[in-house]
Amino acid sequence: MLDYIRRREGLWLFTRSPAAMIAALATVVIVGGALLAPWIAASNPYDLSTFSLIDGLKPPAWLPGGDPEFLLGTDDQGRDMISSILYGARLSLLIGLMAMLIATLLGVGLGLLAGYFGGWVDAVVMRVADVQLALPAILTALLIDGIARGVLPTALHQELRVPVLTLAIALSLWVNFARTARASVMVEKNKEYVQAAMMQGQHPLRVMGVHILPNILGPLLVIMTVDLASAILLEATLSFLGIGLPADSPSLGTLIRIGMGFLLSGEWWILWVPTAFLVALVVSINILGDFLRDLFNPRLR
Amino acid sequence: MAWFLIKRLAQSVLVMVAVAFLAFSLFRFVGDPVSQMTGVETSVEDRERLREELGLNDPFALQFLRFTGDLLQGDFGYSYRTRQPVGEMILDRLPATIELGVVALLISLVVGIPAGIYTALRPKGVTSQSVLLLTLVGVSIPTFVIGIMLIFTFGVWLNWLPTFGRGGTVEIGWWESSLLRPEGWRFLILPALTLGVYQLTLTMRLVRAEMMEVMRSDHIRFATARGVPWRRLHFRHALPNTMIPVITIIGLQFGGVIAFSIVTESVFQWPGMGLLFLESIRFVDIPVMSVYLVVIAFFFVVVNLAVDLLYVAIDPRLRVREAA
Repeated sequence: MLDYIRRREGLWLFTRSPAAMIAALATVVIVGGALLAPWIAASNPYDLSTFSLIDGLKPPAWLPGGDPEFLLGTDDQGRDMISSILYGARLSLLIGLMAMLIATLLGVGLGLLAGYFGGWVDAVVMRVADVQLALPAILTALLIDGIARGVLPTALHQELRVPVLTLAIALSLWVNFARTARASVMVEKNKEYVQAAMMQGQHPLRVMGVHILPNILGPLLVIMTVDLASAILLEATLSFLGIGLPADSPSLGTLIRIGMGFLLSGEWWILWVPTAFLVALVVSINILGDFLRDLFNPRLR
Repeated sequence: MAWFLIKRLAQSVLVMVAVAFLAFSLFRFVGDPVSQMTGVETSVEDRERLREELGLNDPFALQFLRFTGDLLQGDFGYSYRTRQPVGEMILDRLPATIELGVVALLISLVVGIPAGIYTALRPKGVTSQSVLLLTLVGVSIPTFVIGIMLIFTFGVWLNWLPTFGRGGTVEIGWWESSLLRPEGWRFLILPALTLGVYQLTLTMRLVRAEMMEVMRSDHIRFATARGVPWRRLHFRHALPNTMIPVITIIGLQFGGVIAFSIVTESVFQWPGMGLLFLESIRFVDIPVMSVYLVVIAFFFVVVNLAVDLLYVAIDPRLRVREAA
């Protein structure tokens, strides 16, 4: 019943918040476009036969010299900007989502264990978390990528670009989840329903997974949205720095990096279109995260 | 107090040892130092002799001790890429990063703290609401995009400011400073703004949250009831109680500034340590990577230690607890 009321209330608050509705709409459009890229994009930026140099450097359709076929213009290779962006967003979202999920699994798992068992398990997990927290996420991700470069042979590293990048981002974001999960578990652990389950002699893993986890999902969901935004930003930043994805399989960050080359030459759309797209995506996700936080924390309402 | 100091110092040393170990592992296990130093034509015997000379066949613990000893004596080894001493390379780049970071931090505090206080005292005002919306957008815009926007506006469009490099520096001993000539400031201002904006939003949000919390507390309610004038109420009764988190922010932001200076330096081609680190990652220049790691960790440890000591100096409650 309580759950039902909260769901109704959430929906009601949602229809009352224009920012949240616009953000949700934008997120759905971008994610949908990215998912459907192979079917709706005019050309495939990875396939040389689908675009030609003759169409190069066309401005957006509403400007003089624009071509209605390329609504937001083309880059110097003649690739349609919209198509590049849809494919780029696909990669950015894929890496962001996977990194966030890995970070969630790792962080929540370790946080649950640390909070539930306490003692030396807690001490070890939290000391590692402390050290990691002292190093900012971007530094950790850069370092992990650097190590992967050193350990893997060059060809293999090129091939494993996406997984390495995903893992580097995930490993720099797990601490938030671990700390939140641990703090929540330590509160829940002393409540009667957990005590009862423990006294029935249920397996600790069952107590953690079946009884505690569903009750701490709220705060975790908020961190998941916020960290999805961080993961996407981190990937974009690394790709922009030239450490992430190469130019032949561009993510949004790589597209912006390529666009930087046109900053001085007047072809502004090559830079600003992917930039606006990235910012819109991240702002939308952050607004949704803010909305969720307010929803799960009635004290702030 | 003395006991607290000793405990904190011991902790700091422990962290530094852990970081040194990490740096050593990087150095020793990521890639083979010998194959980095030799070419294809070097014979197997020569390689083996070099390995012996470098002490790479010694026990692990001994190697680590020697590595730490070298670090302590300021011997940071040589770069794989440029063959220069790493210590010199880092020292060369240090002033640029420090000056950039300090100016960015100042921007963040000088603008962020008053803005945070204002939005906390007038939460429903139009100005506050628009400032808050702006910070949400500010948090979502990646640092490099802010940099590109500033370059576009002030460098390309208005053509007011230079957009890359450091320009007019003045040498004071080995320290190259941009702060002493107006020309240097012209080069510094855009990168510092880029780096400062994100930190500014964080400062503002934290100060605001803290101020609102304090304004709700009993002693403020009592002072209000007593009829204390609002100026005195806000700045004498409320503000000092928000100072502890503000100090924490400065400590935390130092880390953020150093980390994001990598991005900012890359956008503006600012010749600091971040740019050096980025190059070293691209070329898998392990000695530079590991020394950068040690230097950054050292900064962190020192700043955190200073922050902890400041707490004790500022907050009388902590002194009492320590004494008890």
